[in-house]
Amino acid sequence: MRTGGAQENSSGSVIRCARQIPFTDMIEVQGLVKDYGSLRAVDGVSFKVNRGDILGFLGPNGAGKSTTMKVITGFLRPTAGTVLVGGHDVTADPVDVKRMIGYLPENAPAYPEMTVEEFLGFIAEARGFRSSAAKAERIERVAGLCHLTQVRRQTIETLSKGFKQRVGFAQALLHDPPVLVLDEPTDGLDPNQKHEVRDLIKKMSAEKATILSTHILEEVDAICTRIIIITRGKVVVDETPDELRARHGGARLDEIFRELTQTDT
Amino acid sequence: MSQIPPLFKREFLGYFRSPVAYVFLIVFLMASVGCAFFLGRFFDSNIASLESYFQFSPWLFILFVPAVGMRLWSEEKRSGTIELLFTLPVTTLEAVLAKFLAAWAFLCLAVALSFPMALTVAYLGDPDWGVIGSSYLGCMLMAGAYLGICSLTSAFTKNQVISFVISVFICFVMVLLGWSVFTDFLGGYLTLPSWLVDIVSNFSFTTHFSGFVKGIVDAKDAVFFLSLAGFCLFLNVLVLDR
Repeated sequence: MRTGGAQENSSGSVIRCARQIPFTDMIEVQGLVKDYGSLRAVDGVSFKVNRGDILGFLGPNGAGKSTTMKVITGFLRPTAGTVLVGGHDVTADPVDVKRMIGYLPENAPAYPEMTVEEFLGFIAEARGFRSSAAKAERIERVAGLCHLTQVRRQTIETLSKGFKQRVGFAQALLHDPPVLVLDEPTDGLDPNQKHEVRDLIKKMSAEKATILSTHILEEVDAICTRIIIITRGKVVVDETPDELRARHGGARLDEIFRELTQTDT
Repeated sequence: MSQIPPLFKREFLGYFRSPVAYVFLIVFLMASVGCAFFLGRFFDSNIASLESYFQFSPWLFILFVPAVGMRLWSEEKRSGTIELLFTLPVTTLEAVLAKFLAAWAFLCLAVALSFPMALTVAYLGDPDWGVIGSSYLGCMLMAGAYLGICSLTSAFTKNQVISFVISVFICFVMVLLGWSVFTDFLGGYLTLPSWLVDIVSNFSFTTHFSGFVKGIVDAKDAVFFLSLAGFCLFLNVLVLDR
């Protein structure tokens, strides 16, 4: 069962994020392997993310970035290897892991027939903020953070791509999680919005462990404290942007990226 | 199980946030009442009962329940919201139950909205309310069994049309097994022994529903519907957990 082991734990009606967790390694991925049938999408990936880190996950399309993120969030089960989030094993107690993570899936899926407010209200309830006061306070906060106040009563299907993305972002931040997993958070946003989202991520990063995947190399430069480049399901680079550049004689990031990944596509 | 209420609420209200609910309720009521009037000869029978209304329920459900059930999981898969749902702190069982119960509640609402028919027979004659009550109960339990099948098939595919067609087919077979024309064929033409024919027809919705329409509430029939739904939902959880 996807979430079997943690059923008893989920019976408590109040669900809070454990923000006082002492672990510095908020995310620990060890020898992660994920197969889709005969295709090996992720092949022995290992890394750690500390609190305060913003990890930039880079790689060509189909390299295994999204799959790795889906395993970390407990949506997919690993074929082999372990993933610990805040000390909880994602296979053994997925519900505890899910409580700690705010996840923005690729393309920010949401229920199109709901209004922004209804949707965030649903997420708030599912995240354990059942009283209308707590719910309203949570919605108020993220709607402000993500500049959604003007579209609160609009149904999600009528929103532009940029607003939809922000709704997804708001949904991920709603319970103020200690771990943020963002799959292409700035995808579809205009340059101003991109800038804003990056500022937001940076601002919140101090007490959170953040993983974000992206195609945009300047983004990595702008906000990430660490880079992981992954191709064909394997980690080929895991260092800070400066270290990476220093090692490659001060070349530009996109040149390094192409050099490391081009042979594979 | 504490996570069921928010998921139930979202799913149930979801029907009313789109035209789905209204189109479904109107067409279902027109079809079911139409069957009672034009095929069941509701007035000609001159009996103050709803038997001519409920006798068509198993047949109508073949089309209408899959129409509600096909979207349960297919839509989540297609739109990618399943990723959102299963990264919330919910177990698969909670999600399956919440969605099933919401759709079932919606179907029960549709069935219950035929209450003017009951008022009509009460106005025209002196119906047996016990029989009417057991008919409604049976109808709702049967809807749950149909819905279990639809929820399961919906979990297999992200295509709602495939989910609908397969559900209709399975539900049709489940009705057919107990249809007198079919059982006569098995017993008369194929000369199968009657105990075998009985076993076959025992797997049918109609066999277990007929008692309720006559006012006989038999625990066996209720258990059949509930256990069929339960078994389908159990498989549903397994399918989603793969």
